Amino acid sequence: MGRRITISVNGRAVETREGTSVAAALLNAGVARFRRSESGEAREPLCGMGICMECRVTIDGEAQVRSCQRLCEDGMEVETT
Amino acid sequence: MSGGSDVVVVGAGPAGLAAACQAAESGARVLVMDDNAAAGGQVWRGEQGEWQERFARSGAALETGRAVIDERVRERGRTVVLATGARELFLPFPGWTLPGVVGAGGLQALIKSGYDVAGKRVVVAGSGPLLYAVAALAREKGASVMLVAEQAPGAAVAGFVRGLWRHPEKLAQGVGLAMALGGVEAVRGCWVEEAMGRGRVEGVKMRCGRRVWEESCDVLAAGFGLTPNTELAEMLGCHVRAGAVETGDWQQTSVEGVYAAGEVTGIGGVEKSVVEGEIAGLAAAGRRAEAERLFGRRAQWRRFGEELGRAFALREEVKRLARGETVLCRCEDVTVGQLRDRAGWREAKLRTRCGMGACQGRVCGAITRTLFGWGPSKPRPPLYPTRFEDLFSD
Repeated sequence: MGRRITISVNGRAVETREGTSVAAALLNAGVARFRRSESGEAREPLCGMGICMECRVTIDGEAQVRSCQRLCEDGMEVETT
Repeated sequence: MSGGSDVVVVGAGPAGLAAACQAAESGARVLVMDDNAAAGGQVWRGEQGEWQERFARSGAALETGRAVIDERVRERGRTVVLATGARELFLPFPGWTLPGVVGAGGLQALIKSGYDVAGKRVVVAGSGPLLYAVAALAREKGASVMLVAEQAPGAAVAGFVRGLWRHPEKLAQGVGLAMALGGVEAVRGCWVEEAMGRGRVEGVKMRCGRRVWEESCDVLAAGFGLTPNTELAEMLGCHVRAGAVETGDWQQTSVEGVYAAGEVTGIGGVEKSVVEGEIAGLAAAGRRAEAERLFGRRAQWRRFGEELGRAFALREEVKRLARGETVLCRCEDVTVGQLRDRAGWREAKLRTRCGMGACQGRVCGAITRTLFGWGPSKPRPPLYPTRFEDLFSD
């Protein structure tokens, strides 16, 4: 993994490293949930490879992004629902 | 950019990279497209190796981070090689939607993309050799692997291991894994019955025959083998049989100009994927004589795939773990009870919205097929949820 960078998760600064996926960074930060399911359950990544859609978050204003398929960038703003 | 290539390869895993290398080295203009952030597929995921280095020198172009969503991929080149790989098969059990429950391949992918498991208590359960690779990786990264539980009977796994002398590369890999696992408890004929926890997984209920016990953990990695990603092939009209794309001697599909290689033609591991990719790449570049020299190696790795499938066949018990209230379709929160008496996929979809969510049936369709014998019909574009502007871009 590369140099230290900082992303924002629900307004909180989270340190991570370049080359880390957003999903991994959120798990490392102990985020309580990535999204809420139709019936309101908390969900987190299942497949880790872009198939299951459980890890969808909002990244820099773009909704429904698969966080396991996106790498962290310095200054990136991530929001969970 | 449209139509600029001789060969378009979809998927940059072992099969895709091998196909791209062989075709590009034969003088073809090659474009490789992959949904992931880096080449390598799930098994090599961004690592460096012989094929990655060869690919870098081959002159083939690579587009990453972009999903192929529809049949317009055919406009990007004269010939298409589908190397779309496989995904993990999940089976529902009570508690499988709890945070902290991930796939086995899922945990591997997350660790490789930076998930820090140091100090975490991990249980790995389900089926297939992948379980041991995941356990070894988690341990290497500082996790406490509490247990590796394979559902297949001990005798079946032992028979498979005894047959590995025919595949020396695999035997060496197996020995390496066994050493990496050290004293980790590995049991056969054993499966997870339930994941428990308030808000996130705190423990699992395990069963070995009549013995039932609980194991505490922070992470449960559960996967029940692999299933080919045939959606794009089906959309292009390729014949699919028993869940895998049918191919001929040259890895050609039933559709003119479309080849398929790797796990998408049947689960068999990285060596089968590489040799099928090589054959597809050579054939796509018109070098059939060279391709034919690889048929023997391909036959060997296909046999390995068949042995794998037999040894790790799913037992009936793991198809009956879910209760009526257990969620089956995670996108729409449809339960097993709402689905088990449906006549088929279409009725299930209309009455319950099963398969109509964001994963488009990739997770739940494979489950209904395994549990009830029915699953999704031909997929429709876009294959992935897509931003409006991407639907109209080339």
